[in-house]
Amino acid sequence: MPTTSLLGPALGLSAILFSLGVAGVLLRRNAIVLFMCVEIMLNAVNLAFVALAQLHGASGYIMVLFVMTVAAAEAAVGLAIILAIFRHRQTVDLQNINLLQG
Amino acid sequence: MTQFIFYLFAFGAVLGAVMCVLQRNPVVSAIWLMSTMFSLAAIFVLLGAELIGILQILVYVGAILVVFLFVIMLLNLTQPTSDLRGPVSLGATVVIVGLLIVELTSLWRYTPGRLAADIAQSPLLADPASVFAAGDLSRQDVAARGVVGALAAPLFQIYLVPFEITSILLLAAIVGAVVLAKRKI
Repeated sequence: MPTTSLLGPALGLSAILFSLGVAGVLLRRNAIVLFMCVEIMLNAVNLAFVALAQLHGASGYIMVLFVMTVAAAEAAVGLAIILAIFRHRQTVDLQNINLLQG
Repeated sequence: MTQFIFYLFAFGAVLGAVMCVLQRNPVVSAIWLMSTMFSLAAIFVLLGAELIGILQILVYVGAILVVFLFVIMLLNLTQPTSDLRGPVSLGATVVIVGLLIVELTSLWRYTPGRLAADIAQSPLLADPASVFAAGDLSRQDVAARGVVGALAAPLFQIYLVPFEITSILLLAAIVGAVVLAKRKI
């Protein structure tokens, strides 16, 4: 097994990417960039799945396939919602989209 | 050598993610995100998941990011000022992300040996012999049936029901996206 020596570094990289995604979601106000940061987080989780799938067999790879599918569905619906909001409010800045706050 | 290439692409992925978070223009953010996705695809190949690496490029770069760019350009967003949140949010972010990094990067020292020891200490979770045998078995499977075959067999046998549910999810997402984005139905 030539690649299992990368297990630790791959998990560490996954951790860093996930944290960066969280930082983006917390820092940015642009709804589209926020979605991109969610994609970074999903990618980080995929990396952890792939790293551990070297030891645990093909189930990890299949879980990655499912994560990718859900990410695609989420991007399609989320961007459609952003389009609808933009048509309504002429902005994607989350600070101006506060109707639910009352 | 493999280690060096891994760290090269790891640096690329982290740089892309940082720039994606910090860039003011959403288009530039999307391009940096694309470099992250490509680096991750290379890392997947290094980790022995060639098919996942190719799917990463096809699905993420080819489909999802194109949809992102499409929407950004459709909305014609101009960002005169930075859209970063204020100092309170910045402080909260530093605290939360710092904690996350400290917690999660302890995984950096994780090795297959330590994973085996952890599993051996909690025998209820899984039998270590079976866990690592699964990895070996899947490697033999790849050698026997090829990368795609080794992934397709469990997907269409063990995970058939989740797979079909995924197709329903995609159908719902397509219909939902059309309903949400259309002016008049």
